[in-house]
Amino acid sequence: MKTSNPRAWFLVLPVILLVAFNALIPLMTVVNYSVQETFGDNLFFWHGIGWFQDVLGSERFHAALGRQFLFTGIILAIEVPLGVAIALAMPRSGPWVPVCLILMAMPLLIPWNVVGAMWNIFTLPDIGLLGYTLNTVLGIEYNMTQSPLAAWMTIVAMDVWHWTSLVVLLAYAGLVSIPDAYYQAAKIDGASKFAVFRHIQLPKMKKVLTIAILLRFMDSFMIYTEPFVLTGGGPGNSTTLLSIDLVKVALGQFDLGPAAAMSLIYFAITLLVSWAFYTAMTKDDQN
Amino acid sequence: MARITLNNIRHSYLPNPKSDDDYALQRVHLDWDDGGAYALLGPSGCGKTTLLNIISGLLVPSERQLLFDDKDVTALEPDARNIAQVFQFPVIYDTMTVRDNLSFPLRNRGVDEQVIAQRVTEIAAMLELEPMLDQKAAGLTADNKQKISLGRGLVREDVNVIMFDEPLTVIDPHLKWKLRSKLKELHQKVNRTMIYVTHDQTEALTFADQVVVMNFGQILQVGTPIELFECPTHTFVGHFIGSPGMNVVPASVVDGKVQVAGHVIDTASDLTNLRQGSVEVGVRPEFVRFADVGIAGTVETVMDVGRHTVVKVRLEGIDQIINAIVDEGDSIPDGQVHLQFDAAQTRLYEDGWVVAETQG
Repeated sequence: MKTSNPRAWFLVLPVILLVAFNALIPLMTVVNYSVQETFGDNLFFWHGIGWFQDVLGSERFHAALGRQFLFTGIILAIEVPLGVAIALAMPRSGPWVPVCLILMAMPLLIPWNVVGAMWNIFTLPDIGLLGYTLNTVLGIEYNMTQSPLAAWMTIVAMDVWHWTSLVVLLAYAGLVSIPDAYYQAAKIDGASKFAVFRHIQLPKMKKVLTIAILLRFMDSFMIYTEPFVLTGGGPGNSTTLLSIDLVKVALGQFDLGPAAAMSLIYFAITLLVSWAFYTAMTKDDQN
Repeated sequence: MARITLNNIRHSYLPNPKSDDDYALQRVHLDWDDGGAYALLGPSGCGKTTLLNIISGLLVPSERQLLFDDKDVTALEPDARNIAQVFQFPVIYDTMTVRDNLSFPLRNRGVDEQVIAQRVTEIAAMLELEPMLDQKAAGLTADNKQKISLGRGLVREDVNVIMFDEPLTVIDPHLKWKLRSKLKELHQKVNRTMIYVTHDQTEALTFADQVVVMNFGQILQVGTPIELFECPTHTFVGHFIGSPGMNVVPASVVDGKVQVAGHVIDTASDLTNLRQGSVEVGVRPEFVRFADVGIAGTVETVMDVGRHTVVKVRLEGIDQIINAIVDEGDSIPDGQVHLQFDAAQTRLYEDGWVVAETQG
């Protein structure tokens, strides 16, 4: 019995068109720019892989990439354990559950640029609550527009404030899905609190934590708005993360070729790391 | 190893129980001998899991104590009681191998690694888990996972009691029988007290030497499978055990004689001390015969269940169905029939509870 009908492919056409216009064509435009040189007037010349070589060899790119990995590394190292710890501390039933969940979800609902602006004002040394308290009340010198260290601490704190909730909610979802019998069996087996965490809670959270780490990696690796609003990449270039640098090259200097090559390299790194991480985490499940 | 005594325990899940209805477990008193095989049988929500959790220490009863060999363990934590439990759904530590799963309770108690290795090998052999000792426990079938759960209890040599909470729920039908006989065999081998909780009469009756039948949070009868079959002390027990269960027919006592649907019948019960409760007559389908005279009725359906045939008869005058079992080979009546009950196996029940039998 023949059940396939090739004409059915026509039904997929609208989706193909949509994807083409919002993803494929823009991406191919970038690919197009990345291999050509232009001097304006819509005149383009073939440049081969020259821009890629330039970007990969450029110290500026290396520095931005290094800062990017440092930032993502720091926030993952803070947000994942902190998120898991908060999720473990949250009640599993009772009237406080919705209260906790709503409080946790709040930061996630605030737009990126608002978060940036909030933290900008919050940290102003003369009128910001945190800035004023640190400088005037506690006497600790803190000015993120002058000190790279202060700027870094501020963007890290901001990201932790904004996004730890995501890890909390995902980890919590993993925790509440563990049937009571596991805890009861562990009690009977005489397992310590740490053993329960190590052998029951952590393994049962593995899937959601994989997703949480993946999402936090991708989001933080591509972060733009919050640090742009907060520090603008400064002082100097100290908080110029990859995306900020990319926008400077593409729109500030209007170097379309190098910017396109940089975008593609950026994209490739994000994809590669995500794929490697996901493959490593799910390898056990397939056996 | 210990004798287990539930000393008039009562439990409510409410903080301030007022009436009897607030108690999930009514007053329960039980004495369980060391090394016995017991079953707790009853429908869902009858209080059997509550009772089990009280023994394992996951729940502390609202009133009175639980004793292991005259030692009060009511307030002890589960790990201090030295008990083991197999849950309805297999509970295993996914990331560990089968060997580590079996070693886990011993490692937590700081047992010497050499002793652990020896115990684990022993138990694995007993449970036929040897070939998979070094596999990850997560990939195993449900019946093997249940064996691991059981193994984690058996590795502890001094375990007081092993409890099973409907352990065959997720096991494939063709493996249920296998695992059930394995449990029975294990009980004879290790000689530990085992308590098996189930709502399945076949599982309870095949596993246990003593079955505790529960409903409405109370114990209705404790007895051997044969006692439960032959002399149910409560209509619920009669109805719950047997296939089909005991017939329970509304009756009346007039001038010292029992009447069902206007017919006087003989019973084994002593009618002298009746209170003024509502009375019923209970008789198992095995002891209902067709005759020329007796309670009149009409045959409704005939079901061939293999060795015998179940005939459903609707009684005349009262809207009541009676099951009768006709052995293979005997003729099956049709249309209008008359029923006789075997007097020695027919009992009167008052408010659900059996009326004492005539002595001599």
